[in-house]
Amino acid sequence: MVAVPVFLTGALIWFPTVSSILLSFTNWDGIGGLHTIHWIGTTNYRQIATIYPAFWPAFRHNFYWLAALAFVGTPFGMFLAYQLDKNLRGSRLYQSVFYIPVVIAPAIIGLITELVLSPQQGLISSLFADPRHGHVIDWLGNPSINLWAVLVFACWRHASYVMILYLAGLKALDPTLREAAAIDGATESQAFFRVVLPALKPINIVLVVITVIEALRAFDIVYIINHGRNGLELLSVLITDNIIGEASRIGYGSAIAVVLLTISIIPIVIFVWNSFQEADA
Amino acid sequence: MTDAAVTVGKPLRKKPKAGPRRIILHAFLFLVALLWISPVLWAIFTAMRPYADTAAHGYVSWPHSFNFDNFRNAYTQADLPHYFLNSIIVALPAIFLILLFSSAVAFVVSRYSYWFNIPLLIFFLAANLLPQQVILQPLYRLYLQIPLPTWVSDSGYLYDSYVGLILINVAFQTGFCTFVLANYMKTIPKSLSEAARVDGAGVLRQYFQIMLPLSKPAIAALATLEFTFIYNDFLWPLILIQNGSKRPITAALNNLQGEFFTDNNLLAAGALMTAIPTLIVFVVLQKHFVNGLTLGATKE
Repeated sequence: MVAVPVFLTGALIWFPTVSSILLSFTNWDGIGGLHTIHWIGTTNYRQIATIYPAFWPAFRHNFYWLAALAFVGTPFGMFLAYQLDKNLRGSRLYQSVFYIPVVIAPAIIGLITELVLSPQQGLISSLFADPRHGHVIDWLGNPSINLWAVLVFACWRHASYVMILYLAGLKALDPTLREAAAIDGATESQAFFRVVLPALKPINIVLVVITVIEALRAFDIVYIINHGRNGLELLSVLITDNIIGEASRIGYGSAIAVVLLTISIIPIVIFVWNSFQEADA
Repeated sequence: MTDAAVTVGKPLRKKPKAGPRRIILHAFLFLVALLWISPVLWAIFTAMRPYADTAAHGYVSWPHSFNFDNFRNAYTQADLPHYFLNSIIVALPAIFLILLFSSAVAFVVSRYSYWFNIPLLIFFLAANLLPQQVILQPLYRLYLQIPLPTWVSDSGYLYDSYVGLILINVAFQTGFCTFVLANYMKTIPKSLSEAARVDGAGVLRQYFQIMLPLSKPAIAALATLEFTFIYNDFLWPLILIQNGSKRPITAALNNLQGEFFTDNNLLAAGALMTAIPTLIVFVVLQKHFVNGLTLGATKE
């Protein structure tokens, strides 16, 4: 009963992880047998950085994605949780509304994004002009703005996710802490930044980790909108393209996978270390 | 009036006074909530109107007729029941196996102190935290290499089979559930299983008759959460299932979208219907859903 899941996780998660690292240093084309694999050193890495045109835009977009989640989505979710924790009338109703985007699949969030932003049939362009005649903004088709338009919806979902987690943390917090701060004459923002925030350190770490990992995993929303092209390239999309796309290069796909892995190791180690440090205490 | 409101408040937390700050807060939250739900309301509004109506009057216009035709058309044209069934075929066995395996590992880790307890938990938890794309390429090649008898998979391989899809979900999600259940089971007093052992209960009996029933709240929460995770999954079937008609519904949206391309009303109806099972789960089991998400994040 323990051996089976160990075997499954080992064979289907860790073996492919190691294979990704190994394959990124080879020129295997996936057609010949394993004996056709040749070691080519760091050539794949050099090539994705120099002659693979989609790499740097995708890298940049992932970075913007992270920045948007970290500076907009996560803080706004924390802010909402903090407001909802004030023992308000109707708080449960508000909570239910704010939960909804977390329940809906990211792929469906992508479809809803299209429904709202479509230039001919969408809500936004119809609100500001009659799209049947006249100028419309192509929110999703214009590569200089579409990433930001999509990020609004990505933050919509992420803020809800953060709110759920943070609200649970706030509820578990000793209420006398805040009362003491209020009696000592702390303003609301002082109470939050000097009392509540430090007291919730474990959950803050969870939020940091989730924000980074979600930014690296981002895929479904852009893929359903336009298969991650034309301004919506992401590292995850490039990996997929190198598997099922027309011009698939296993070496490139693996090298990008290793880039993702390298970045994700930081939050994973922080999270794991944090969880088990407490568990020992 | 305000004094009365204060005195009937809960003893632990002061009932808020109805002051201007409260009113501003309520107004703010109300507006944000409205903004929050507006994309979904817009999808419903679009889906309820016939294409002809929106084409004639524009999408933001007073509806001249409201009906469920788009839902009916999306349901039959896109053969949604077929894809719903695919989702169930994958999700139910996967959830069962995930909970079986993770509760077994959690049981061992929480009841016995072996040297490998913490490495084992790290092995599972870190697997769940990896971005899926890291393993995608080799996983795809691996699935193409592993043959299965044709009565299990008509492709003859793990690739393009329900079994393959179930297995990767189990491998990926067991880590999260193990982590949550291990933390939960650690809070169950050891004396309970020790008492059972003294009474002659074997390991299996301690697991099935003591730990599993006592972990019911956590298991219910995880089952709810895992259902939405697996139902909402888009990436695994996209890569590991070649035959579009075998894909579960969320991944099938990728091909269905093409069929509805010019008709946003139909697309809205299809998207909403796909979201309905998770919304039902959410409405009925909201407490479990939220518990599941927060169990992993906040532990005592």
